[in-house]
Amino acid sequence: MDFNFTDEQTMLRDTVASYLSDNYDIDKRRAALGKEPGWRPDVWKAFAEELGILGAPFPEELGGLGGGAVENMIVMEEFGKALVVEPYLGTVVIGGGFLKHSGHARAEELIGQIIGGDAIFAFAWAEPQGRYNLADLKTTAAKQGEGFVLNGRKAVVIGAPYATHLIVTARTGGGQREHEGVSVFLVEKNAAGVTTQDYPTVDGFRASEVTFENVQLGADALIGPFDQAMPLIERVVDEAVVATCGEAVGVLRKLHEGTLEYARTRKQFGVPLSSFQVLQHRMVDMFINLEQSISMTYMATVKLGWDGERSKAAAAAKVQIGKACKFVGESAIQIHGGMGMTEEMAIGHYFKRASMIETAFGSTDHFLARYEFLSLGEAA
Amino acid sequence: MNLDFTPEENAFREEVRAFIQESYPAELRAKQKAKQELSKEDYLSWHRILARKGWVAPSWPEAYGGTGWTPTQKYIWSEELARADALPLLPFGLSMLAPVIYTFGTEEQKQRFLPGIFNGDVWWCQGYSEPGAGSDLASLKTRAERITGDDGKEYYLVNGQKTWTTLGQFADWGFFLVRTDPNAKPQAGISFLLIDMKSPGVTVRPIITLEGGHEVNDVFLDNVKVPVENRIFHENQGWTCAKALLAHERTGIAGVARSKRGLEKLRNVARTEMSDAGGPLIGDAFFRRKLAELEIDLQALEFTELRTLAGESSGRGPGSESSILKIKGTEIQQRLQELALEAAGHYGAPFLRDLGHNVQIGPDYARGVAGDYFNGRKTSIYGGSNEIQRNIIAKMVLGL
Repeated sequence: MDFNFTDEQTMLRDTVASYLSDNYDIDKRRAALGKEPGWRPDVWKAFAEELGILGAPFPEELGGLGGGAVENMIVMEEFGKALVVEPYLGTVVIGGGFLKHSGHARAEELIGQIIGGDAIFAFAWAEPQGRYNLADLKTTAAKQGEGFVLNGRKAVVIGAPYATHLIVTARTGGGQREHEGVSVFLVEKNAAGVTTQDYPTVDGFRASEVTFENVQLGADALIGPFDQAMPLIERVVDEAVVATCGEAVGVLRKLHEGTLEYARTRKQFGVPLSSFQVLQHRMVDMFINLEQSISMTYMATVKLGWDGERSKAAAAAKVQIGKACKFVGESAIQIHGGMGMTEEMAIGHYFKRASMIETAFGSTDHFLARYEFLSLGEAA
Repeated sequence: MNLDFTPEENAFREEVRAFIQESYPAELRAKQKAKQELSKEDYLSWHRILARKGWVAPSWPEAYGGTGWTPTQKYIWSEELARADALPLLPFGLSMLAPVIYTFGTEEQKQRFLPGIFNGDVWWCQGYSEPGAGSDLASLKTRAERITGDDGKEYYLVNGQKTWTTLGQFADWGFFLVRTDPNAKPQAGISFLLIDMKSPGVTVRPIITLEGGHEVNDVFLDNVKVPVENRIFHENQGWTCAKALLAHERTGIAGVARSKRGLEKLRNVARTEMSDAGGPLIGDAFFRRKLAELEIDLQALEFTELRTLAGESSGRGPGSESSILKIKGTEIQQRLQELALEAAGHYGAPFLRDLGHNVQIGPDYARGVAGDYFNGRKTSIYGGSNEIQRNIIAKMVLGL
């Protein structure tokens, strides 16, 4: 049992942190998000070429750094600290995850393009009616000759406006919520019949409503097994959930630090806010939430490699993270008082991201129910 | 970063599991199952078996009888003890006093007191709290004045009252905080004294708690003569010893392995008990949610403790970090007790303590759950209340 990072991992963290502190402060971020295209392709290029981090979890034979889940966690945590919107999660963790685990014929080629910064992925899974159920799909992919024809609509596809490729879950058989009959497809975003309605999200990202109308797909668009892709989808989503927990740890650290700093300097009744016991105890509870979140993120990151434990660990971590995002985020604003409500201060931006992480891939209630099922069995 | 056990660690687990299974006293097991009141000999029987094996004080330095186990081995050991429902060893000598003696005591004091603690020959109790000094421990008033005895030797003459002395009714010796300089600042005038409980002037009086048990006591000290050589560390610097002791006490009371075992038992109860709808209680939407949240919180605590043991956690010292473990550990213990009482339904109500252990009413698992719940309120109060722990974290960790 070992909770230490290797020298390479520490170096990766330092590299990302130092690049972001030079190039990604809150003012630069604000300026970039306020205009088109709403993200920074130059930063993405630097991730690929200067830092090499887009290859963090890929094997060295493919040009990657030979890391895995721990490397993803490190990058995501540093991204959380700087509120990075560039699509590492969609591209490297999710796109890369589907390609790695499926053994797709084009996997090596596409992973090479990811590492080089040329292929950008967005994961189109949610549908307007489906809430957080990965299998609730009305989007269909009907067999046509050797290939498929895709029809349907996907909701709030994070990062789709910047993506070159979409990974789309669709029904190839079975009823609307059945686990059987789900398949995954790789769709080029500029394919005929793909239309997007793009918009910003409340936490500074960009997303799209994506419509597929008779999109013609070749046989090689299928990723993973036909009709039986739920285990693959669940595996990649577990990995994405845990990577998101890593990001949340970065966000929570900033919320906690920023609040302590503010409470030490802001004076009321002639003394610093930090001298009031009622606020001290609240900040201690923020700290406890942060520490518990770090612990659960480490635990779940390591257990991504344990088949029998993976999903339960990911759900448990997301429950802890979801609760912490709410408590730490709301407490940070409360202790900042009116200043915490202003667009001008950074703290509110961390709060907004924390609030969206709370529901990413499913709310705390969703993951509690999932954990209950995995740990305690069926409900009555 | 990895959470795997090495083959050596797995072999170690097998070894300690087999040892516990072979060596645990059968009579003690039977009494525990029937929730019978335990005698002094019951408490000490398991301690002495472990002492003979050399495993009674894994955390002590090896020079004094520690095992030299790694943090992971200690973690495995505590898991296996909990798994076997082994009676927890009394902490007063082993994990509260001994570290003070081997850290602050003289060579002579170490030789005089540590073997008795290790072997279980001497039962120790704690004399810290007073009627007027609870969370504000430094306001204690028990007075110790230097006198010269008729034999020409130096003594302290101790007068005052201590309270909440756990299992003091069995104690041979006690460690006490006393005021040796009433004019100094509260923390500065305190000394750490070891007192023979058979000394003239020591009176122990029971306090009966909510569940009907006699666990804690008042201890009255009336002109008790204590030889000066029974003082640990310097005069008026006992607070240093007390603080070190409290840090040790806090890590111990996270109780992760015991809570994991308690949760496992609670899950079994919830598979047996029926919900209003007729299915097992574990399928009930409200109960299972509470169970799931508890399980997740316990896992978060477990990994926070493992990180603390590994010396990683935020790069800060272990002393103050352990406050988190105390707060979360005791909250979880209390939630477990709450849920065990809730799961028992109607049979949480019968008060069977005075009817003898042969009277059987309701299922086994319901016996004493209300008592455990009532008694368990202590955990967020003792060892520095959870509010005091928050003060400690605010000051020592967050620098507020």
